[in-house]
Amino acid sequence: MSDWLSPEEIEAVLLSLRVAMWSTLASLPFGIWIAWLLARKDFFGKQIVNGLVHLPLILPPVVTGYLLLILFGTQGPIGSFLQQFGIVFAFSWTGAVLAAAVMAFPLMVRAIRLSIESADHRLEDAAKTLGASNSQRFFMITLPLAMPGVVTGSILAFAKSLGEFGATITFVSNIPGETRTVPSAIYSFMQVPGGEESAMRLVILAIALSMLALILSEWLAKRVSHVVEGR
Amino acid sequence: MSLKVDLTHRFPDFELHAAFEVPPGLTAICGPSGAGKTTLINALAGTITPHAGHIEINHRVLFSASEHINVPTERRRVGYIFQDARLFPHLTVRQNLKAGRWFRKLPTEPHQLDPIIGLLGLEHLLDRRPAKLSGGEKQRVAIGRALLSEPEFILADEPLSSLDLARKLEILPYFERLRDEMKIPILYVSHQSEEIERLATTRLTLNGGQLTEQR
Repeated sequence: MSDWLSPEEIEAVLLSLRVAMWSTLASLPFGIWIAWLLARKDFFGKQIVNGLVHLPLILPPVVTGYLLLILFGTQGPIGSFLQQFGIVFAFSWTGAVLAAAVMAFPLMVRAIRLSIESADHRLEDAAKTLGASNSQRFFMITLPLAMPGVVTGSILAFAKSLGEFGATITFVSNIPGETRTVPSAIYSFMQVPGGEESAMRLVILAIALSMLALILSEWLAKRVSHVVEGR
Repeated sequence: MSLKVDLTHRFPDFELHAAFEVPPGLTAICGPSGAGKTTLINALAGTITPHAGHIEINHRVLFSASEHINVPTERRRVGYIFQDARLFPHLTVRQNLKAGRWFRKLPTEPHQLDPIIGLLGLEHLLDRRPAKLSGGEKQRVAIGRALLSEPEFILADEPLSSLDLARKLEILPYFERLRDEMKIPILYVSHQSEEIERLATTRLTLNGGQLTEQR
């Protein structure tokens, strides 16, 4: 790969992969929880929660990035609180993880929610008559049945995180080696004379990775639902 | 061993009132559609809460409106056999059979499982998944799954109605063995008179939400 990509480009690709991996892993438990709440529970303010989850999909990414900066920046209410414990998001790769996770969250929740909704809730009732507590029902029945959605949602969130640009650059800027992910690197290369070739290589890589993720998620979702249904 | 029931449940245009005591054996609950059979079964299972009354099994109170007791379904120790089997598709037959014992943290030694597996003739199905079973086999596994959770009473809601005649004839003998070998009350909803003739040791007839016959 080093013959084809320059060290700068490799750095951006590896950073993007690291950010996308952590963003997916860290948001998955919340994604499953919120998807389950939205699919199975009725509670006051459900529409508001649903709206908040989907907001990053509709808002201009720069607005999401700006809100993250206000809340999680070193001066922000959450950012200054977390700083006491040594957790810093501002202008750090962890901030890129947070921005990517927020932007990818709607995709993840949507896929998992659909999967939970299509899992037969009467099986949960059957488990209840067999003595299953709430957590036993969730972990032994609902979650395994929703696995196809968990897999699809995770892969889509990973792909979205690889490509997140607007909120990331607004929140954590574009620092080489720290927050310069593939999209930020493409943007930077386009700003300097002679950078077109580097930009084009990363563009091709981004297209290939995105296609791969889409095909992989379709294929895996089919495989997993076959396994779950035992056909 | 007996199930004592006295309950009232009101709907806007319908009131169910039933008071009876069920001994071990198979009690058929009959009556036309809309007579309140399913409401009665659901109240016993704890999936609906009656407006008034009292339910107890072997002197253990499951529901009492006056004492504000309402034991949740998962702690009632009820074996519910559904019309549509409702096996867990992601588990094998063996895992389905053990499910209730896992949930209730009961041991799953072979000597505890084998009698029921033998009673229902499930030996050769254990490693299959529900998707690969016939309708009759599914229903037998469902019966086994309910029995192995060590219930104190069994509710069966038209367990044969989704099967064709040949499958019904396949399952009926198992319900006879269940009735004769398990010393627990079985409430069996049906409106097939042949089924009732063959299986019932006691019979309750509901009509318009009222118990009209008990024998």
